[in-house]
Amino acid sequence: MEVLLQQIINGLVLGSMYALIALGYTMVYGIINLINFAHGEVLMVGALTSWTIIGWMQEAMPGAPGWLVLLISLLIAFVVCAALNFTIEKVAYRPLRNSPKLAPLITAIGMSLLLQTLAMIIWKPNYKSYPTLLPAEPFQIGGAVITVTQLFILGTTAVSLSVLMWLVHYTKLGRAMRATAENPRVAALMGVRPDTVISATFIIGAILAALAGVMYASNYGTVQHTMGFLPGLKAFTAAVFGGIGNLGGAVLGGILLGLIEAIGAGYIGPLTGGVLGSQYSDIFAFIVLIFVLTLRPSGLLGERVADRA
Amino acid sequence: MKTKKLATILIAALALLVLPLLLQQGGNAWVRIVDMALLYVLLALGLNIVVGYAGLLDLGYVAFFAVGAYMFALLGSPHLAEAFPWIAANFPEGLHLPIWATIPAAAALAGLFGVLLGAPTLKLRGDYLAIVTLGFGEIIRVFLNNLDRPINLTNGPKGISQIDSMKFFGFDLGKSHTFFGIEFTSVSMYYYLFLALVIFSVILCHRLQNSRIGRAWMAIREDEIAAKAMGINTRNMKLLAFGMGATFGGVSGSMFASFQGFVSPESFSLMESVMIVAMVVLGGIGHLPGVILGALLLAALPEVLRHVAGPLQAMTDGRLDSSILRQLLIALAMITVMLMRPRGLWPSAEHGKSLNKRAGKDPIQSINP
Repeated sequence: MEVLLQQIINGLVLGSMYALIALGYTMVYGIINLINFAHGEVLMVGALTSWTIIGWMQEAMPGAPGWLVLLISLLIAFVVCAALNFTIEKVAYRPLRNSPKLAPLITAIGMSLLLQTLAMIIWKPNYKSYPTLLPAEPFQIGGAVITVTQLFILGTTAVSLSVLMWLVHYTKLGRAMRATAENPRVAALMGVRPDTVISATFIIGAILAALAGVMYASNYGTVQHTMGFLPGLKAFTAAVFGGIGNLGGAVLGGILLGLIEAIGAGYIGPLTGGVLGSQYSDIFAFIVLIFVLTLRPSGLLGERVADRA
Repeated sequence: MKTKKLATILIAALALLVLPLLLQQGGNAWVRIVDMALLYVLLALGLNIVVGYAGLLDLGYVAFFAVGAYMFALLGSPHLAEAFPWIAANFPEGLHLPIWATIPAAAALAGLFGVLLGAPTLKLRGDYLAIVTLGFGEIIRVFLNNLDRPINLTNGPKGISQIDSMKFFGFDLGKSHTFFGIEFTSVSMYYYLFLALVIFSVILCHRLQNSRIGRAWMAIREDEIAAKAMGINTRNMKLLAFGMGATFGGVSGSMFASFQGFVSPESFSLMESVMIVAMVVLGGIGHLPGVILGALLLAALPEVLRHVAGPLQAMTDGRLDSSILRQLLIALAMITVMLMRPRGLWPSAEHGKSLNKRAGKDPIQSINP
């Protein structure tokens, strides 16, 4: 029972990070029908930027409280990632809107590779330890352990999701985004500028990715140039799982995926008599995905029929 | 005019035949690069059937390459004898089946996996299919990485070594041979084998393209519902595309295994799949010369650059080493080529032409509704 509770907590933490990243994928996909393969790398850049800033700040003012250092590094990571994602869209995706659908996919893959390589040149390829800035004392809940970092992740996710939902459903920008996702041509006739909306979407996605990156780094304690790849892949799976293009679906998909992974990793060993171990946890996501899509090709909450390639 | 064409073909054939002899003067490393490039051409041709002809975006293609390579490795190395006592009792040296059994087995198993992947994904299209195939590739890789326990089938991350070289009726491609007083090294022998396979595949693909099957695939690619309405059995055709593409992957995999003498899960990462897709799209999707060009460019050019990267590395204090430089160049090439030629470097004349699509400058018109 304690194992289950512990794995549920771990799963929720993991899932909320997936959800944040998945939102970036799903918003971009909803508007321009593109799998933004570079999204995971934006997360990586966010985490590494914050790592650098934290390093500087700890040298410049050793007495600063941990939460303040984390907050400042987070804000700078937001700015860097937003600028980066804005530029990526302008340079690599916008010129290709008239082109066959696979062309922007390839530039996205190229961008992902480029960012990884540049990060490797800037930050060196070794693993770097990410400092623990929040109190390390864990809490006990019914036999399970939860750290302050994990609480911070859950809380921040809940807050940022609420802000995003408010933004999308109750602001002018949000309405423009929904309109553009529905039909860009008609939206333009109504006075919406699709290009501005798309740029805004990329900026919002980048901020969510940077947030997830810093959380990922705080949770696992290491950063490296390839760290964005796997969470990016999982988050995309989560987005498809929930029904790509659907914001609620991305959140649901992310959290479910996190739970499946954590609970699966906790129980697969005993269930199979030790034949399969937790090293298989990375593929639960894909097995679930294949299963769900076979039964419901548009994802859990998706309604729109998938376009052809 | 006709004699001129014939002359060009003859010169090209002659050049291809003597190429390894010239290259091996500069060391076997150069021939190896060309060999690997030819293998990638083979893979790209296989994926082109799935993506280029049938329009099914497959991001897990390397899984079939892996299945073929491992099948060949298991049947042609001492590994199974080490892992299973009952095999060791009967075949103390390992199975070492002849290539007439191993290559078809590798091709068949890969083809079977192709159909197995195709079957549950028939309803999916576009990006949904892409992500499922990607997941499939990862599943295969994780299994290869972990199937050393409880029974040691794949030897885990350590991989399988001592794989047999290709032997045709006792003629061993793994050794040097001398003909007409010229020494042909092992890598050059493999070059001829791969070249023959590539030429055979090109002819096969070309014939396929103009056959009923090929036309059915292209109809599905352009408009699946219309194709179905015209009486094409879309389910069977898609499964056939997956199966044939995978078979190509399986054969290439067995070639790779025997050429390297060693396989490990590292060679079959997602990046490889992505690279093969990039080759097909970069060259010109669905167009054979384009696909070959794309594969040669992405496979060979970076390797050549790796050899000239030494001075650059020295100039930047070793911060830009050859493998990083190679990645950087591939990434930049992918982006710039697509930006400048979105339909690929050498696109086919008709592909992508649609009746009602007008390329407008208006950005709004361009976004898919």
